[in-house]
Amino acid sequence: MPLLEPRPTPSARMRLLSPLIAIGLTLAVGSLLFLALGKNPVEAFTVFFIQPLSSGNGWSELMVKAGPLILIAQGLAIGFRARIYNIGAEGQLIVGALAGGGVAIALDGVDAWWVLPLMVVAGAIGGALWGAVPALLKTRFNAEETLTTLMLTYIASFTLSYMVNGPWRDPEGMNFPQSIMFGDPALFSPWFEGMRVNASILIAAVASIAFWIFTSRSFLAYQLTVGGLAPAAARYAGFSAQRTVWVSLVLSGLTAGIAGVGEVAGPVGQLNLNISPGYGFAAIIVAYLGRLNAVGIVLAGLLMALLYLGGEAAQVALQLPAAITGLFQGMLLFFLLGADVFVDYRLKPRPKPAYA
Amino acid sequence: MLEHLIPVLAGTLGAATPLIFAGLGELVAERTGVINLGVEGMMLIGAIAGFAAAADSGGGALAGLPAGAVAGMLAALVFAVLSLSMAANQAACGLALTIFGVGLSAFIGQHYVSFSLPGLQPLDIPGLVDIPVLGRILFHQDPVTYLGLITFAIVWWVLRKTRLGLVLKAVGEAPDAAHAIGYPVIAIRYGATLFGGAMAGIAGAYLSTVYTPLWVQNMVAGRGWIAIALVVFATWNPTRLLLGAWLFGGVTILHAQGLGIALPVQFLAALPYLATVVVLVLISRDKRLLQLNLPASLGKPWMP
Repeated sequence: MPLLEPRPTPSARMRLLSPLIAIGLTLAVGSLLFLALGKNPVEAFTVFFIQPLSSGNGWSELMVKAGPLILIAQGLAIGFRARIYNIGAEGQLIVGALAGGGVAIALDGVDAWWVLPLMVVAGAIGGALWGAVPALLKTRFNAEETLTTLMLTYIASFTLSYMVNGPWRDPEGMNFPQSIMFGDPALFSPWFEGMRVNASILIAAVASIAFWIFTSRSFLAYQLTVGGLAPAAARYAGFSAQRTVWVSLVLSGLTAGIAGVGEVAGPVGQLNLNISPGYGFAAIIVAYLGRLNAVGIVLAGLLMALLYLGGEAAQVALQLPAAITGLFQGMLLFFLLGADVFVDYRLKPRPKPAYA
Repeated sequence: MLEHLIPVLAGTLGAATPLIFAGLGELVAERTGVINLGVEGMMLIGAIAGFAAAADSGGGALAGLPAGAVAGMLAALVFAVLSLSMAANQAACGLALTIFGVGLSAFIGQHYVSFSLPGLQPLDIPGLVDIPVLGRILFHQDPVTYLGLITFAIVWWVLRKTRLGLVLKAVGEAPDAAHAIGYPVIAIRYGATLFGGAMAGIAGAYLSTVYTPLWVQNMVAGRGWIAIALVVFATWNPTRLLLGAWLFGGVTILHAQGLGIALPVQFLAALPYLATVVVLVLISRDKRLLQLNLPASLGKPWMP
């Protein structure tokens, strides 16, 4: 006896409520988890969500983490609307970082204003090319993009490991797998003394506005969305499925690539093995939590950034492993998918007793 | 030359074992129409559960493998409730399971970082191990590797020769028809999904308690995804899956053994992933072959 029945039309209210329900459920289960670990939930949530925002530096760190998450998620959302599942943004981020970082290393010592813009362009191209590979494999050979984008992520991370262990290793780096520290012309300079927030956040802001205009105003974005919702209708209308694949993967690769440059030319300041704490994967959750909508993604990105900060704070203050962030991320996505079911379905009312 | 090749070929069988378990589990689930992209997550959960059970009970791999199976099954249950009972998008739920598994295993694993386990001694099959060359390759393996081959034989037999196999395939090909003649489609899909979870859990526990008996964060390292790719490569056929797993086991072992090839270690480590892309391309380019073998209802939510 199924408990659910399809709604006549999807519920618009539920679409907006669902992320809030998911967040609420995650917090509820999180409290139970804290209790089970012998921590006071109120104290834990203070550490997780309030303390990080109680200082100027905390807000700066929030921006530093939200920037790449929002930027990547905006690109991914275009593809997700078209049901193209690029789950390899992490790899595209790495290749973008390699391309941008390569420029920085090659131009080390050149003191010119154009070094940083050139790095950003190189990163964008690198990420876009890494996204173009699965697009080619999908359009030409019909290979599933979920698997190819992910495999390419592993290949990207081994390439990074090779470069920082080999050709690009800092000769004075005591054999650590890392490149030289980039010079000032190759770095986004911090806005405030002692804080890490910098102009790369503007890229995420501009991208958010651009994607908002693109998705709400352009015919191409409309075609992509129709292709995802009703492939047969899209074919009938003559919208190209191939172009959908290319646009989705190249665009999301491009934003991830730029995010990669933002990391190596920002908080990291060099190429090493820790250039991303899984931003490419977390951005998938950000895109869904933000309802694949440019404004929603900004809010979801800020929340996810707070989750990262909270995890770091909990490690220091509560001696909890930082991996708790990943646990919360997974729970959040689970609850979101569960709550989303009620966009299209509703609980079946109990059958009324029949009159004799 | 032969002296060098024997350990490589013998190692191939061990390296293939997690892929055989996880791949067979996913294959059975997909034959009933359920695509679970959470294999990587279920393997990680199985790996840490198996490791924890093996380390805490002192029972070693014998305690670890069943614990891994149960943990993998519980993880699959979460996926099944969402995607089967509530008809949520299977691809997204699988992805969520993987993200969750990465987080959960890292979280629990913090306690076990510096532990190591005794592992399992190879089990010589009396008589057969003395066959020149082949004996040392095939019959000097750890017991779980034999178990993997037995599991393969059972899955092959069930799918090929039994009524149960027929029902599983019918549910995947035509859930409406199977429902109409009275088979409980959702219950059968639950069963297949949980079987897939148990197999992935065993695969993970094998990695953490037998193959490299210590806990390393993210130690499954993409094998779950490779197992999913192998199912496509095998066109949903268990025999081809076994061959594919051996092929990938061989590619993996090239890395471990090095073979004295003067290539960067990262290149050899990347080979299995590169090979996955290549075989996916080779198999997918023939759209008709794929369409002919693809379970017709794969990935489509179904409600009675």
